[in-house]
Amino acid sequence: MALLEMNHIRKHFGGLEVIKDISLKVNEGEILSIIGPSGSGKSTMLRCATMLETIDSGEIIYNGERVAWVEPDGKKVYPKGAKMKEVGSLFGLVFQNFNLFPHYSVMKNITDPPIHNQKRGRDEVFAEARQLLKKMGLEDKENAYPCQLSGGQCQRVAIARALALNPKILFFDEPTSALDPELTGEVLKVIKSLADLHIAMVIVTHEMNFAREISDHIIFMDQGVVAVEGSAHDVFNADHARMQAFLGKLQH
Amino acid sequence: MSVIFYGGTMRFSVMLQQLGGGMLKSMSIFALTLLFALPLGLFVSFGRMSKNKILQGAMKVYISIMRGTPLMLQLLAVYFGPYYLFGANIGGGYRFTAIIIAFSINYAAYFAEIYRSGIESMSPGQYEAARLLGYSKSSTFLKIIFPQVIKRILPSMTNEVITLIKDTSLAFSLAYAEMFTIAKQIAAKETNFMPFLVAALFYYVFNALVAFLMERLEKSMSYYT
Repeated sequence: MALLEMNHIRKHFGGLEVIKDISLKVNEGEILSIIGPSGSGKSTMLRCATMLETIDSGEIIYNGERVAWVEPDGKKVYPKGAKMKEVGSLFGLVFQNFNLFPHYSVMKNITDPPIHNQKRGRDEVFAEARQLLKKMGLEDKENAYPCQLSGGQCQRVAIARALALNPKILFFDEPTSALDPELTGEVLKVIKSLADLHIAMVIVTHEMNFAREISDHIIFMDQGVVAVEGSAHDVFNADHARMQAFLGKLQH
Repeated sequence: MSVIFYGGTMRFSVMLQQLGGGMLKSMSIFALTLLFALPLGLFVSFGRMSKNKILQGAMKVYISIMRGTPLMLQLLAVYFGPYYLFGANIGGGYRFTAIIIAFSINYAAYFAEIYRSGIESMSPGQYEAARLLGYSKSSTFLKIIFPQVIKRILPSMTNEVITLIKDTSLAFSLAYAEMFTIAKQIAAKETNFMPFLVAALFYYVFNALVAFLMERLEKSMSYYT
């Protein structure tokens, strides 16, 4: 059974249709990368999956249960209250610009959500947070504040913060786009190391080599549609003019 | 010379005592106004930012009137309004209440705009992150947004709070015996300027103290940017 299914999603902002009938599927533990030029709707797709944006048509299915859809008459049905909390606990999102809480220490950024929002025990959460920080190579930073960290360190804290809620699926919205090449490397390394946690990941990225190495499945989006999809090998070798042009430009 | 150097018939210590009593009254106007206007301003700013057009419009009009007319006029309106509008009996007991009401609704309007500037300067990413991490709407505001807003608006708040200290002297227009009213009375009776100088010193010291405390508060929040 797929962990996430998005079927026939459409989304427009004003008169601009950003997503035109896209469907995708993510299985448990699977890594999906979404690549494509800026403005092709990649991030919007993630924002729809995480319900930061509402869809204009189609349906979103988590764990086999339809949680959000649009009725034939255009009425949008979204989960509310306890149901939304339950659905929301399935996924996490890592933002391009981290969105850490600047007034909280690294430790509080990571531990406050599980303690207050999932009502988990303080000791257990702190122990787990320390393990996560170690995995991120930040064990000496637990008392630091975000403003004292580099961008790469901030992003690793943000990843730890998302993981601390034990999501089944983690979305990454261009996690390295705000970072220089050196910092990009350290964040990508951390994301790769998450593969053994066996949580599903959906990664919107411009790092082609990274996407090629890590992904079970890749979607190339262009102008709001899925232009090419398949395994990394299939996608990067596909005979698709728009995608080859996109890849070619990246190599220069 | 005796106009400036105190040479009146009233003893200096008695004058100080009377001004000190006025000072306490000024301070109570100050404290009560903050107590009511700070939370009221927050609710006004919520109304001002509401999606409900009627509420939003009403708050705009309210803020516009409060900022667009003199506080002294507002004091008179709140005090005499009930009599002229409803023929209500306004006794001396109402005087202090009227002062606190007028100051509170006036300052709430200014505070509301300061809160709004702070709240609207927060990046949407903070709300989105909070939402994804499972914070409810109210805890998002109370735990994530509001503490950061306070840090951002503190310098403008300091300005308003300092202005309020000096504005308490406007209570003289309702003949309330705060410090400035008393200074004026003594100065008139003794034909001497000294009470005003002492009053000025009192205001200044009070202000310096408040400014110092606000600076401390600002420093206590400087551990993050």
